[in-house]
This record gives sequence, C-alpha cells and structure tokens, in this order.
Amino acid sequence: MLQDLQSKFINNFIAEDRWKYLTDGLVVTLQITLCAVILGIVLGFLVAIVRSTHDRTGKLKILNALCNLYLTVIRGTPVVVQLLIIYFVIFGSTDISKVMVAVLAFGINSGAYVAEIFRSGIMSIDNGQFEAGRSLGFNYRQTMFYIVMPQAFKNVLPALGNEFISLLKETSVSGYIALQDLTKGGDIIRSRTYDAFMPLIAVALIYLVMVLVFSRLVGLLERRLRNSDH
Amino acid sequence: MITNGEVLIRVEDVHKVFGGALHALNGVTTEIRKGEVVVIVGPSGSGKSTFLRSLNLLEVPSSGHIYFEGVDITDKKVDIDKHRQKMGMVFQHFNLFPHKTILENITLAPIKVRRKSKEEAEKQAMELLQLVGLEEKAHSYPSQLSGGQKQRIAIVRSLAMEPDVMLFDEPTSALDPEMVGEVLDLMKQLAKDGMTMVVVTHEMGFAREVGTRVIFMDAGQIREEAEPEEFFTDPKEPRLREFLSKVL
Repeated sequence: MLQDLQSKFINNFIAEDRWKYLTDGLVVTLQITLCAVILGIVLGFLVAIVRSTHDRTGKLKILNALCNLYLTVIRGTPVVVQLLIIYFVIFGSTDISKVMVAVLAFGINSGAYVAEIFRSGIMSIDNGQFEAGRSLGFNYRQTMFYIVMPQAFKNVLPALGNEFISLLKETSVSGYIALQDLTKGGDIIRSRTYDAFMPLIAVALIYLVMVLVFSRLVGLLERRLRNSDH
Repeated sequence: MITNGEVLIRVEDVHKVFGGALHALNGVTTEIRKGEVVVIVGPSGSGKSTFLRSLNLLEVPSSGHIYFEGVDITDKKVDIDKHRQKMGMVFQHFNLFPHKTILENITLAPIKVRRKSKEEAEKQAMELLQLVGLEEKAHSYPSQLSGGQKQRIAIVRSLAMEPDVMLFDEPTSALDPEMVGEVLDLMKQLAKDGMTMVVVTHEMGFAREVGTRVIFMDAGQIREEAEPEEFFTDPKEPRLREFLSKVL
C-alpha cells in the first residue's frame, strides 16, 4: 500500500520532472491573480467613485450610465465566457500573450464586484461624517479622500479579502484559452500518467494553502486597522 | 442688550422644499450681526434645523439668498468651501472622525484646508484642548470619550478653523442629562468671548441666560423674534405662548 503510493508519487511528480508543471503553473496563477487584483481594485475604485458621486450629487450622468452597463454585463455573464470572448473575439487577430489576456479578463471581471463592494462601503458611512467634513471647509474630493474612504475601506476589508480569494480560485479556468496555470498543469500530469488522484489532489492542496495564507493576511490587516475602534 | 455689530449673515426670503412636497422653509428673512448669540427654538418639524443647515449650505435653499460677510453664497459661482471655513458647525451627533485621534480630528482641517504646518496646527490644538481641560485625551480615539467630551472636542475642532460664526444644531440633544452642563458651559464661555453664535436648542435656560435674541420658528417661518427677557415674559404669538407653556 505505502509502496504503491510512493511509486505513484514518483511517477506523477518526480519522473521526467513533472513537478515542474505544478510550479510553473503556480507562477502563472500567481502572476494572473496579482495583476488582476490590482486591475480590479483600480477599476472597481473608479467605478465606485463615479457611482457614489452620482448618487450623492446627481452629476456624472453619462459616466454613471456607462458604469451601470459595465456592471450589468460583467456580473450577468460567466467569467469563462468573458475570458473566451476577450481571447478569441477581441484579441482574436492580434498576437497578445495569453497571460495578458487572462489578466485583462479576470481584472475586468473582478472590478465589477470590487466596485459594488467599495460602493457599499461608502454608503455604510454615516452622512454626518460627510457633512462634518464639508462644514470644516473640505471640498467633496478631500472629504471623500480623508474622511469617508479610510472608514469605508476598513468596513469592506473582509469582503474585499473574500473577493480576492474567489479571484484566485476563478483563475483556474484559464485552461480554456490553453494557458498553463496551476490547474492546467495538474491536468497535464493526469493526461501523461493516467492517474487522476495524485496530481488533482496536489493542485487542490496548493490552492487551499494559498487561500489559508491569504485569509490569515487579511485577518492580520483587519486587526491592525481595527486598533482605532477599541 | 442690543448688539449693533455689523451684519455677518443676511437671509433673504429663503424657501426650502424637500422632494417637491415638504415645505421645510417658507420664506425666512433675518440678519445675524457680529457678536450676537441667536437662539432658535420651535416645535420639531418647524424648520429650525433646516434653517441652520442652510446658513452654511449643507441644505441648499430652493429659492432666496443668503449673504455671508457680504457675499451671496447661494450664488452657484461662489466657492462655498472657502466660506464654510469661516462658519464652524456643531452637530447633534458630534460627527467626530472615528478613525482619527482627537488631535488628528482637530488638526486635519487646519493642515489640509488652511495649509498650516503640522507643528503649528498641533500647538494650536493643544492650546484649545487645555482650554476645555481635555489635553490628556489628545491621543485617544473618539470611541474612548464620553458624549459630553465628544461634543466639547467637536466644538474645539470647529474653533481650530478660527471661524467668524459658530452654528450649533441641537448640540445637547443626544447627551445624557448629566453631560449637558459641561457643553453648555463651554458655549457660554464662547459667547462671553464674543463669538457670534446661532444655536438651535431645546435648552430654554441657555436661551434666556446666554442668548441676545431668541427666534421662534413654526411651519417653516419665523413667527416671533425678541430679546430673551421679552420673548419669555411677554410672548405675542398664540403659537409661541402655546409652545412655551409646554416646554417651560
């Protein structure tokens, strides 16, 4: 039994340096996730600003309509379909790196969810905070930046952490555009060794460890920010 | 006591309609002079808070004009942020910034809006804190303070911008009874030092003792205004008599 496991392990990971499928795939998965997270935050932040400015002042009508369209389309269609459209339709005739395509697809997708997270955070701040800022002579932008945003960010940190965790896991569909991420790497091993158990469980474990580490980091950050609450 | 200071705020026929239906202000005209302590009283829903909040344009009037130091601040071209720096405002629920220490609450606007140096702003903040006896709270957060302390800090935060007038929107209504005194004492001190104040309150004792003029509002209009002595002993309006009989 033990010997059986050992030989399977050797066959799946050691022979022909097959472990490299996993490590190379992990690097790709992390690359995509990190870049997409950054893109998602930037996009989501901008959209949230537009939407909450419109909610509060009635300005930015056209931008707000565009943002609504973006949110509706992105949240109303599956991320795999978005990925395929960006790869085969939008960049179908151009020679662009697949990692770049994945970053764009997942970043644009995540931005829609992050936007709503940020907006709910901004709306959770009592209007009195806004009025106190304005009455002290801060303009709209300064009030948002110095007073509303820092509190909103603290309130949405757990939700934001969850969004990043789901993004990390969502990138596992990158294989649809033949991108060799972690999941695809495990799948390639499976197709070589005709053993599903070892490579897929290994892939699952790697995701799990990453998610646990990330949850812990978010928890630490949350606790640091909560210091002012007492 | 008649104050003959120059006119600081002139309110001309201000109306405010909420959502096309609720007429919160129905043609308010009055003047606030330098050094005055104007106390506004009236039943709830009379428009007194809306009136106060329209003075620094937290509520934008539907029609009418408000002149502050000679400038029509209801003019859309006017930079209202510049004028708000000169009008301190104290809220019923304090509205301290919970993510900032007391010192940061006080120095944020002087540093970011008035472009004071951090050292200068902190020095001034500490002086103000000493004035209200809360200097040991400088590095605490608002959640560690009592209601009365929070409201005194909120007043100090406004004072740090060196305003020409202070607006108080029911500053003691959210406080436990035993904390009302410390806030009113600070307001009395301000009045004695010559600060121009407009105060919406239910504290009739304060109106009588500290006010230089008392305004009675009802249904979005000023129904009566007089010096406190006359206001409380010889009210003319039946509505005011009825109101006073309930609150005194």
